[in-house]
Amino acid sequence: MKYLRWVALLAVSVALYFAPGQMKSYGLYITTLWVVYWIAGVGLNLTVGYAGQISLGQGAFLGIGAYTAAVLSKAGVSYLAIFPTAALVCFAIGLLLGFPALRVQHHYLAFATLGFNMLVFLFLRNEEWLTGGTFGLNNIPRPVIFDVRFTRPLDFYHLSFVVLVVMGGVMAWLLRSPWGRAFAALRDNPIRAESVGINTTFYTLMAFAIGAAYGGVAGALFAPLVQFVEPAPFSVANSLSMLLMVIAGGSGRFFGPAVGAVIVVLLPEWLRVAQDWYLAIFGVLIVLMMVWLPGGLLSLPDRLRGRRA
Amino acid sequence: MRALLEVRDIRKAYGAIRAVDGVSFSVAPGEILGVIGPNGSGKTTMFNAILGQVKPDAGEVMFEGRDVSGIGALALARRGIGRTFQSLQVFGGLSVRDNLIVAGQEFVGSAGSRLFARPDAGMGQRADEIIELFRIGHVAHLAAGSLSYGQQKLVDIAMAFMARPRLVLLDEPCAGVNPALIDELMDLLRRLNREQGASFVVIEHNMDFVMRLCSRVICLAMGTMLAQGLPEEMQGNRAVLEAYLGV
Repeated sequence: MKYLRWVALLAVSVALYFAPGQMKSYGLYITTLWVVYWIAGVGLNLTVGYAGQISLGQGAFLGIGAYTAAVLSKAGVSYLAIFPTAALVCFAIGLLLGFPALRVQHHYLAFATLGFNMLVFLFLRNEEWLTGGTFGLNNIPRPVIFDVRFTRPLDFYHLSFVVLVVMGGVMAWLLRSPWGRAFAALRDNPIRAESVGINTTFYTLMAFAIGAAYGGVAGALFAPLVQFVEPAPFSVANSLSMLLMVIAGGSGRFFGPAVGAVIVVLLPEWLRVAQDWYLAIFGVLIVLMMVWLPGGLLSLPDRLRGRRA
Repeated sequence: MRALLEVRDIRKAYGAIRAVDGVSFSVAPGEILGVIGPNGSGKTTMFNAILGQVKPDAGEVMFEGRDVSGIGALALARRGIGRTFQSLQVFGGLSVRDNLIVAGQEFVGSAGSRLFARPDAGMGQRADEIIELFRIGHVAHLAAGSLSYGQQKLVDIAMAFMARPRLVLLDEPCAGVNPALIDELMDLLRRLNREQGASFVVIEHNMDFVMRLCSRVICLAMGTMLAQGLPEEMQGNRAVLEAYLGV
């Protein structure tokens, strides 16, 4: 059974790697954006789904990663250095964002992280010397790594997909390690967790910092994907979309962010055939799904099994 | 012999209500101490004050001769004090075996080393021993949150023993447990006391359980120590009967 699961995972990965080969540039752009959001969602899923800490700040980390990549790549720094730098910068800021979580929880924490997102948004908009303000930064180069150019949309998709596989592998390993169990204990019962020796302070901070680092890496792909960054995509609204992505996909489920990113990134595109009505239909679908499947789309098999039992 | 735990004049008030008002007692190594008293007598508040879950207004807590007053639940756990809570406190989303492993894993190595450790952090064998001891093998792979109340209670208690604590504070271990399981629970605690040398402080309303299990009993009423002595002495103590049993 376990072997079959690995074969299925490999088959799906190979299919996803090669499938967009025949897509036109807009299709490739949207598919790559889905991969980028999936990476950011993997990080947010650790913070929210596995460690039980609410966060409305992932959009800000996507922005910090994107601007880090934009500024450094325009200065001629290699993407080999940009990816870890974006991750480290976001890790450090995420660590700081974790401190409010040591004091407050639930909707209070949601507002604390929302306030953080607003601060980052204001910084990106007002500090023109660094970020270009509302005009943003353009002509962001696409990566060239070891003389391999990822400038064509399909090549850039392949790079993004490889980054996703690496980041997903790291997350799978982290969640399988004793840390993963400690995160789950923190989510399920922090008071009990302390009484069995789990340092809830440490794991809370790590949940925010590691989740933020994933946002940073996603941002470092977002900037060269769009080749232009401005503050708007990193507003609170985007953080809400990312939280929706995690919850609608299946919070605390490994592939939840993949499904969630389909809902948030791809579904609105597919609904465009409905023209003016597409956002209204999207909204109705989300409401229905949250009512019928509050555990997210990936909870559907559990729900069906429960109904049969 | 030096006391394992020594509580000196511990006090905790909530506004004008003195929940715990100058309680002192000690626990010897290997001893099982019972704590009885009517509802609202301050038993759980005293536990929480000893264990750093609430900050006491005054008093000292000494463990193995060292002052551990106010060092917090995490530090106390690391020094060898385990506890269970009045209400169920399992990690509902984890399997029973994972509940046990997570209750022991943080006592092995550093956070950094655990990141690169085997998934069971080397605690799998210990978890299996405890599973066998508590006879919960048939539910070991199930999510703890899906078990019956009595089974969750057993898991809750079992978790407190994963890290081989020298002292365990049990808050109403019999509450909500099927009477048929209570004798089994008592046997378990006796075995853990005898074979692993663990000492216990047990808050319990089930007088039969307390009188049969504990070597000494203290009785609290209105936040103060009303009496202490051997179980048979307490059963005949008029003040205890009046305050606790209402006779």
